[in-house]
Amino acid sequence: MRYISVEEITTNIKEMCIEANYKLASDVDKHIREAYTKETSSLGKSVLKQLNENIDIAASESIPICQDTGMTIVFIKIGQEVHIKGGLLEEAINKGIGLGYWEGYLRKSVVSDPILRENTKDNTPGVIYYEIVAGDKIEITVAPKGFGSENMSRIYMLKPADGIEEIKHAVLETVKLAGPNACPPIVVGIGIGGSFEKCALLAKRALIRSIDIRSDKPHIRKLEEELLDEINKTGIGPAGLGGKITALGVNIETYPTHIAGLPLAINISCHVNRHVTRVI
Amino acid sequence: MYKDIITPLTKEKVAQLKAGDNLFITGTIYTARDAAHKRIYEAILKEEKIPFSLEDNILYYMGPSPARPGSVIGSAGPTTASRMDKYTPTLLNKGLGGMIGKGKRGKEVIRSIIQNKAVYLVAIGGAGALLSKCIKKSKVIAYGDLGTEAIHELYVEKLPVIVAIDSKGNNLYENR
Ligand code: SF4
Repeated sequence: MRYISVEEITTNIKEMCIEANYKLASDVDKHIREAYTKETSSLGKSVLKQLNENIDIAASESIPICQDTGMTIVFIKIGQEVHIKGGLLEEAINKGIGLGYWEGYLRKSVVSDPILRENTKDNTPGVIYYEIVAGDKIEITVAPKGFGSENMSRIYMLKPADGIEEIKHAVLETVKLAGPNACPPIVVGIGIGGSFEKCALLAKRALIRSIDIRSDKPHIRKLEEELLDEINKTGIGPAGLGGKITALGVNIETYPTHIAGLPLAINISCHVNRHVTRVI
Repeated sequence: MYKDIITPLTKEKVAQLKAGDNLFITGTIYTARDAAHKRIYEAILKEEKIPFSLEDNILYYMGPSPARPGSVIGSAGPTTASRMDKYTPTLLNKGLGGMIGKGKRGKEVIRSIIQNKAVYLVAIGGAGALLSKCIKKSKVIAYGDLGTEAIHELYVEKLPVIVAIDSKGNNLYENR
């Protein structure tokens, strides 16, 4: 048994909220810089130049990369040998979010009720996913999600007979509908399988995986590669103003599913695909 | 090649702009996003006074992150324009000169842009840190209770934008 205090969790969450918003995740950072050299459209190149400068200014001057500092998504994997002491885990996480958004001068974008829409003033609550795993550690991923791109995400309940062709069609349709609203170049997180809600969660998890890591399943890896290619052929380009870099990466996560179904979720992220992971 | 545009954005200036032009905006502009739009729109419908004149002015669809002590503003990039589509024609009819946002506009808005000889400009989404450097002054002038969504009067210097829909209806996003 290992004891971890709620204070330690709060402090880590606070720091991770700030870090995620000032400093672009290294995988996305690398790809967006490469995109500038690969892009051939002049408007696209000038957009990417601004985006690269933007990342530098954000990191060096501690300004959020984007003013939409997101709704705070938290994935927490708790080793079953861990005992959390000193308070409630959920309160500790939300306290960390509140402190991070205040101390980091991050925008508070959360409303307490989807219809009444009153701002909670500290960006809480986060959207928290708990998982119990083996071991005596806690792994936390903080992924603040902007809604320009979140709003362009979609779920399709396909039929088994639809297969790969319909999956591709649905992904391309979603990317085209997202167009400039999702602030391309985008990162595409895809969940295939499970149930209605499971595929959405898989898609979100796909977004926090490094875009340098391909699926270990050969047929899924192939699909990731083909989709990236086809998305970039749409010509949407940086900021949706035309060009060949529309996406920086496509990550797919899968799960077993029912004999009658083929759930598909496509979670779109802008180039500000924030994710920070720590193990404590 | 950038063209310099100094506000106010008069009809004569708007007439010179073509879809695809790169502009640097200098002068006073106003922020408004979803909640502020709703209030301005309702005030116009009820024939109440609105907090500033829309005539020949530019609205920036933007809700900044908070300013650090000593700085003018936080990160300050554009938000998705289509969420304002419902309100925009009414504002254009009141003389609004132009809007800065990101993304496509609906048919009604495009029609109203042509009718009112206005312009829709885009700034680069996700470049909020860079864009914040062009903002030299910021002051909340109305709807302070809305927090980030309050109306800010901004003084900007060489704010980089691209003409997406010009006053003739040419549209940079067409066919994309
Ligand atoms: S979609 Fe991303 S880059 Fe665009 S405004 Fe939202 S958070 Fe910023």
